[in-house]
Amino acid sequence: MFLVIVAVTIVRVRDLFAAGMMFAIYSLLSAGLFAVLDAGDVALTEAAVGAGISTILVLSVLTLARRYEHPTGGHNWLALGVVLATGAILIYATLDLPQFGAADNPAQVHVGPFYTENSYSDMGIPNMVAAVLASYRSIDTMGEAFVIFAAALSVFALLSVRPTRAMPGVRKRRPPRGSEKRWEGKSK
Amino acid sequence: MIDNGILRVIARFLIPFILLVGLYIQFHGEYSPGGGFQAGVVFAAGWILYVLIYGLERGLRVISLRAMYLLSAVGVLLYAFTGLAGVLLGGKYLDFTPFSSNPHTAQQIGIITVEFGVGLTVATVAMLLFTMFARRRGEWLEALEEEQEGGE
Repeated sequence: MFLVIVAVTIVRVRDLFAAGMMFAIYSLLSAGLFAVLDAGDVALTEAAVGAGISTILVLSVLTLARRYEHPTGGHNWLALGVVLATGAILIYATLDLPQFGAADNPAQVHVGPFYTENSYSDMGIPNMVAAVLASYRSIDTMGEAFVIFAAALSVFALLSVRPTRAMPGVRKRRPPRGSEKRWEGKSK
Repeated sequence: MIDNGILRVIARFLIPFILLVGLYIQFHGEYSPGGGFQAGVVFAAGWILYVLIYGLERGLRVISLRAMYLLSAVGVLLYAFTGLAGVLLGGKYLDFTPFSSNPHTAQQIGIITVEFGVGLTVATVAMLLFTMFARRRGEWLEALEEEQEGGE
């Protein structure tokens, strides 16, 4: 419920700084939700990545961009229709799903029991998530690591070129007392 | 923000603990929630806090941009070569069993190594992305100054 309120606020608010902070709150609420559902690893990831690093990156981008969203007039009724139709179809599809947490769910009878029964005797480590992530599904995790590396490479490719002119609208900000050098942190 | 005493004292107090929690999540990942991914992010957050307080220049003196590229590649390669080492020792790719005669020890060696690779990559990539965005404004301002000098 809180998640819905925060999400609507993110869409409505025009101040991008506020929107960034609302995203952090959204992530923190989801992290709490995961923790309540006893998924410690996911909760930790959501809190560290979603609420922590993503917020920092959004804020550091906001130092480069304008603070307020440019308002666009009118409403896009077609988009609203598509969203409502898709949402209705998805809700209709949930009617066919088995009961949440029932013992004969596909999630409970496929590979889940195998991991639960064998991970301790195979690996000797109590955290089953780590066992599945790093050993049973190791190739997937390696792909993940490569994706992160590729993301860094692409940002580097885009931002490592020194700009020859500033973006229109960039002004020298009046430096706060006694800290003129704060943003001029290029390594020489 | 270095001239704000409260921020400076709190940050000096917190940064070692953040780094320590990062290492704890990394190396205790088999026993409690956590692993390389979360640990890398927490570790990078400690460094980013340092940069926010002391400025990017001093932060880059701790770990240079070049070291970040190198370590992020080293992390991924560590993962890939751990898999390859399994092949060389006579197993399948990313099969950890040949590392030791005891299957539990073998799996733990493999898991800890690959998680360390993931942690290294994630930490340095997070630092790298932050550095890239943080120094952009300074570069723009320099470009603006050069442009004005050229126009006058």
